[in-house]
Amino acid sequence: MAQKVLMKGNEAVAEAAIRAGCRLYFAYPITPQSELIEYMAKMMPKVKGTFIQAESEVAAINMVYGASGCGRRVMTSSSSPGISLKMEGLSYIAGAKLPAVVVNIQRGGPGLGDIQPSQADYFQATKGGGHGDYRLIVLAPNSVQEFADMASEAFDLADKYRNPVMLLADGLLGQMMEPVEFKPAKTEEEIEKLNKQHYDWCMRTNEDGDDRHHHEINSLELDPNVLEKHVLSLHEKYKDIQKNEVRYEKINVKDDNEILCVAYGTASRIVKSAITELQKEGHSVGLVRPITVWPYPSEVIANSITKKTKKVIVFELSLGQMVEDVKLAVNGKLPVDFLGRAGGIVFTPDEVIAKIKESL
Amino acid sequence: MQVIAQRPKSLRDIPFTYCPGCLHGVAHRLIAESMDELDIRNKTMGVAPVGCSVFAYKFFDCDMAQAAHGRAPAVATGMKRSRPDMCVFTYQGDGDLAAIGTAEIVHAANRGENITVFFVNNAIYGMTGGQMAPTTLPGMKTSTSPYGRDADDIGYPIKASELLATLEAPYYIERVSLLSPQEILKAKKCVHSALKYNKEKRGFTFIEFISTCPTNWGIEPIKSRDWARENMLKFFEIGCFRDKSKTVEGGK
Amino acid sequence: MKADIICSGFGGQGVLTIGKFLAQAAMKEGKKVSWLPSYGPEMRGGTANVSVIISDNDIASPLVSNPSILVALNQPSLDKFGPPTQKGGVILVNSDMTPNKLKRDDVDITYAPMSSIAIECGSTRVLNMVSIGMVIGKTKLVKYETMEQDLRDFLEVKSPELLEANLKALQMGMEYFG
Repeated sequence: MAQKVLMKGNEAVAEAAIRAGCRLYFAYPITPQSELIEYMAKMMPKVKGTFIQAESEVAAINMVYGASGCGRRVMTSSSSPGISLKMEGLSYIAGAKLPAVVVNIQRGGPGLGDIQPSQADYFQATKGGGHGDYRLIVLAPNSVQEFADMASEAFDLADKYRNPVMLLADGLLGQMMEPVEFKPAKTEEEIEKLNKQHYDWCMRTNEDGDDRHHHEINSLELDPNVLEKHVLSLHEKYKDIQKNEVRYEKINVKDDNEILCVAYGTASRIVKSAITELQKEGHSVGLVRPITVWPYPSEVIANSITKKTKKVIVFELSLGQMVEDVKLAVNGKLPVDFLGRAGGIVFTPDEVIAKIKESL
Repeated sequence: MQVIAQRPKSLRDIPFTYCPGCLHGVAHRLIAESMDELDIRNKTMGVAPVGCSVFAYKFFDCDMAQAAHGRAPAVATGMKRSRPDMCVFTYQGDGDLAAIGTAEIVHAANRGENITVFFVNNAIYGMTGGQMAPTTLPGMKTSTSPYGRDADDIGYPIKASELLATLEAPYYIERVSLLSPQEILKAKKCVHSALKYNKEKRGFTFIEFISTCPTNWGIEPIKSRDWARENMLKFFEIGCFRDKSKTVEGGK
Repeated sequence: MKADIICSGFGGQGVLTIGKFLAQAAMKEGKKVSWLPSYGPEMRGGTANVSVIISDNDIASPLVSNPSILVALNQPSLDKFGPPTQKGGVILVNSDMTPNKLKRDDVDITYAPMSSIAIECGSTRVLNMVSIGMVIGKTKLVKYETMEQDLRDFLEVKSPELLEANLKALQMGMEYFG
């Protein structure tokens, strides 16, 4: 068994990305994700990879577009205000059907906001974010170990569906140290194989004769009929993703739950603490933790409601974004209540307990 | 029968989408001929901009990316770093390169990114229908400077070649003209040099073409070249601003 | 077993390192751990603090609002985290920088001249090791041997010339309680 090391989430996800075969990384410094870019600056040269501190997040995401167009495993990262700047590029990457991984270490907003943990970019991450009719696959870790594990998963999903994948974390997960155990690093031969999986569409060297190709990395199509077909094909892909890739965790979800909680990422850890306390007092409260926030585990939430359940309560580090998806999932069968904090404040287990007790 | 002229291999057999009298076709041809001569067609990738030449990704017979407005140098950076053994070029207009993409071109040049940038300057936005460009001349009327460009209000045109020549890293910067056959032949030499330096991985290379836009200037093609000669060349001087193969320090 | 620890002091006093060494040693002894710093402008000269949880079980929330162990290296830290410390909790105070005492008699509080002890060991920079030694001496949270090994592993690579002063500080901190 590999040895456990104590590491920040920001560093762990960077190390895991390199081990997963990421050899190109482009980004711009921003708190609270700077340890990630610093780790890449230090480690990429050691694996003969490319690290560029770009002139802006806009430039960084377009470097990702170019590298991904060449079929290489490529990543960028930022925090909320910088992610907004990347949205233009993400729309192009989604439109051109390119695989790429983007990490968002969310902080308080809107605007410049602050640098404390937040989950206020949920809408931006899960509803597209940039212009046009597209989706990102969005994975939301709640521990440093899971954050690291998700790096390789994100690259695999991006390659499988030729779609950008976002790791949606926050300042707490980025800054926190926890023990982490890494998977073995991919060998150069394995990485070479990964690069070649996209040879039928990516930009690369050419040859004369019958095998000559003309690969275009493009999201432009002026004929509305052709563009509609393209968007429909994207949505066929999204349906497959919704069918195959929903991930979630059920914590203490039982037939006798009086209350069903829904929370993801950092918020889910606080809610888990609260549920454990309430259990000691004899209350049965369950928690569904979406691990993919797009595709969303709507059915799982709907099916976790039993005859005993009185209410669904959503907990978020925002003033209510995911709660809309929970309401769609519950579909009016039960009241859906909400507790959120904004501005980078993380609610305490006591606040969560008090909120749940209102309904017990 | 003897073939004395034909389409360069590096251009695909697809009709251009440019207006009659437009010089984009000439610029494309110079690039394609040079790719043929340098035998780099099979190891070249290009980036098309947003603007009239947005469809350039269809025209060149090599793998191509279409970039967001102004971002071509960043996209090219990602491509070059992914495939360092290939030649990468961008093809950009004046709105793309000198307005919305100012940051990307300056920093790609400043990194000495091993790419070639072809910059077509015709002092106007063509595709969107004749709006003011960052290179529109003082007093020049466009649909968004209907009373003539007022330099006191909106500033003077940006001289991209001179601007980039203030940086240490670029290897080769030259402004050329497409306004007459003689000038086109001279431009061809410069395009060839830029791609040759690219092939030899010498550093960042930049060619600025002085061009025309008969349609949006509202001047017929031949007269538009005269107009450009009389007006644009006075402001945008033709010449080499950096060639490190000739001088260590570079400059004129 | 679950210890909720807050280490707090001025930026530069090494409070984040105190937390990191405690968490790392506990991890090596098979415990579950989390380490969560305050981050942002206060790191650059103001007060800094870190929440560390060491537990036999999985750690849900990594936030510590009511510490069971508080290391306060200056007055603002004691003023801020002294009151919310758990009843019966352990508080270790650097008396050199804390003129005002905490008005509570339901906690196990020790005022020790940690800065002076550090200087005695050779440098104010080993203040954090004095604190770690005191945490071990007082609570037996982790084994001294584990900590010593971690310290050796860390410094022998990074700056071997500082090893002696650090080891001495660790030991003097631990021996403060006899």
